[in-house]
Amino acid sequence: MDIIGLTIETLHRALQTGETTVREVCERLLERIDALDGTIGAYLTVDGERALQRADALDRERREGAPLKPLTGVPIAIKDNICTRQLRTSCASRILHNYVPPYNATAVERLLDAGAVIIGKTNCDEFAMGSSNENSAFKIVRNPWNLERVPGGSSGGSAAAVAADLCVAALGSDTGGSIRQPASLCGVVGLKPTYGRVSRYGLVAFGSSLDQIGPITKTVRDAARVLRVIAGRDWHDSTSSNHDVVDYEAALNGELKGIRVGVPREYFGQGLDAEVKRAVEMAVDRFADLGAEIVEISLPHTEYAIACYYIIATAEASSNLARYDGVRYGYRTTRAGNLREMYRRTRDEGFGAEVKRRIMLGTYVLSAGYYDAYYLKAQKVRTLIQRDFTQAFAQCDVIAGPTSPTVAFRLGEKTDDPLKMYLSDIYTITANLAAIPGISIPCGLSQDGLPIGLQLLGRRFDEATLLRVAHAYEQAYPFEHKPALEMSDS
Amino acid sequence: MPITERDVEKIAELAHLELTEEEKALFTRQLASIVRYVEKLNELDTEDVPPMMHAGAEEEADYAQRDDEVLASLGQETALANAPDKARGFFRVPRVIE
Repeated sequence: MDIIGLTIETLHRALQTGETTVREVCERLLERIDALDGTIGAYLTVDGERALQRADALDRERREGAPLKPLTGVPIAIKDNICTRQLRTSCASRILHNYVPPYNATAVERLLDAGAVIIGKTNCDEFAMGSSNENSAFKIVRNPWNLERVPGGSSGGSAAAVAADLCVAALGSDTGGSIRQPASLCGVVGLKPTYGRVSRYGLVAFGSSLDQIGPITKTVRDAARVLRVIAGRDWHDSTSSNHDVVDYEAALNGELKGIRVGVPREYFGQGLDAEVKRAVEMAVDRFADLGAEIVEISLPHTEYAIACYYIIATAEASSNLARYDGVRYGYRTTRAGNLREMYRRTRDEGFGAEVKRRIMLGTYVLSAGYYDAYYLKAQKVRTLIQRDFTQAFAQCDVIAGPTSPTVAFRLGEKTDDPLKMYLSDIYTITANLAAIPGISIPCGLSQDGLPIGLQLLGRRFDEATLLRVAHAYEQAYPFEHKPALEMSDS
Repeated sequence: MPITERDVEKIAELAHLELTEEEKALFTRQLASIVRYVEKLNELDTEDVPPMMHAGAEEEADYAQRDDEVLASLGQETALANAPDKARGFFRVPRVIE
């Protein structure tokens, strides 16, 4: 059984014909992880033994005649900020280095109910704060396409694991682009659902009004499959929506007639790399060739999105991260005479520089005398950004543009300048502020052989149209490149 | 408003963070540059714009409500399983009252 390029769809076909077993697929994957992940660094924890036990149980059920469930036997990697019962969940932070959750995130529970196998936990930026995965407290992740480049972040481990065929699919989380940007930089598919589409229960909170769990996969169809499994109202998350979950796969009809694709002029201006621009413009032309109508639109408040985001996200983070005090779980300092000292030193020793920086900024913008000037102002601008999209979606059904202004940049290239790193999130952040869904699919390679991502944005709770358009593109212009990774490298 | 090292000390205290002298200097510089950047929002007139109160929902309030049902909770042993220090069914912390 060849696991290179294996998708949920092809895996299920092979299980159905008896060509392979869940155990065989898991064994092949674990061998590949063993051979390659020492170099790539996508996983923080590999749960091989339990994965194989579960594989055997699923194979037994199959032999006894159990039908395939939507994800039966699919080895899935879970970002390490999503809680997995009895499996370490560190958020790539020293402060949670030994945290073993007593419960599963709802999304994980639903994957398991649908027959999935959890293969391990993936590396990420600490508490999902970063755009390059260089903020992991444990190790960096290397981009499978070029080992001197970043995989993007914060779900860099999940994207790299999918790109390098170290799993079949993965879950990531997206607060400002953390699913879509690494998917773009690693040449895979990444979907951020509408805010409220997927329960956040068990997702370690960063920016609670922005966070959303979503799939990173090799095809749009796989993303649709995973979304249907994890989406829907959850008793444990009051912000999860009652909106009906539809059969997203049934929406993938390859049809683009009658679809209006909006192209925002603000997403093609200064700062966009020329090669990325060319590739995305070509993708837009292809949409026209496929029968879609191209509409020029404007999102006039785009230039304020990063400022707005870094106030709201850090304010929420400073509040959410107040819980790490060394009392109930995680790391505790050994040098403290009294309680206050214990809080301070635990947090000082447990958090990395970027997390501290964001807690500081968030505390500042929420502090007495500054609340109105920063936080309230940003929430008003957030309304303006959302209105931009409401107006745009009166003229079009999806919006197309680049996911990231550049292809994967070099390791270390932006670590000295946090603001420069923040600016690379320009095209993804708006979807989180406006609470709309977005997907990144590969649309080309740069001259250096690095993937370029096309981002499509959709109306709230209209993942069906978004996936349909992405799928039609993928069918007409399949991305047939793979990173060159040799098993003998290690 | 420029951020001074004294501001940074005050914020660190509010956030229960202990910073080294080096971190103080670095954060003063970096936070100043980030704050200068976000003040860009002041170019916009937002006098009549309502702040977003629930993500995505300006008109509709589609956040769901539910009945307040009593369900089983974690249980003491499980809740304490990750504690750095515990004794007799409690989390143990350094002395609070001298």
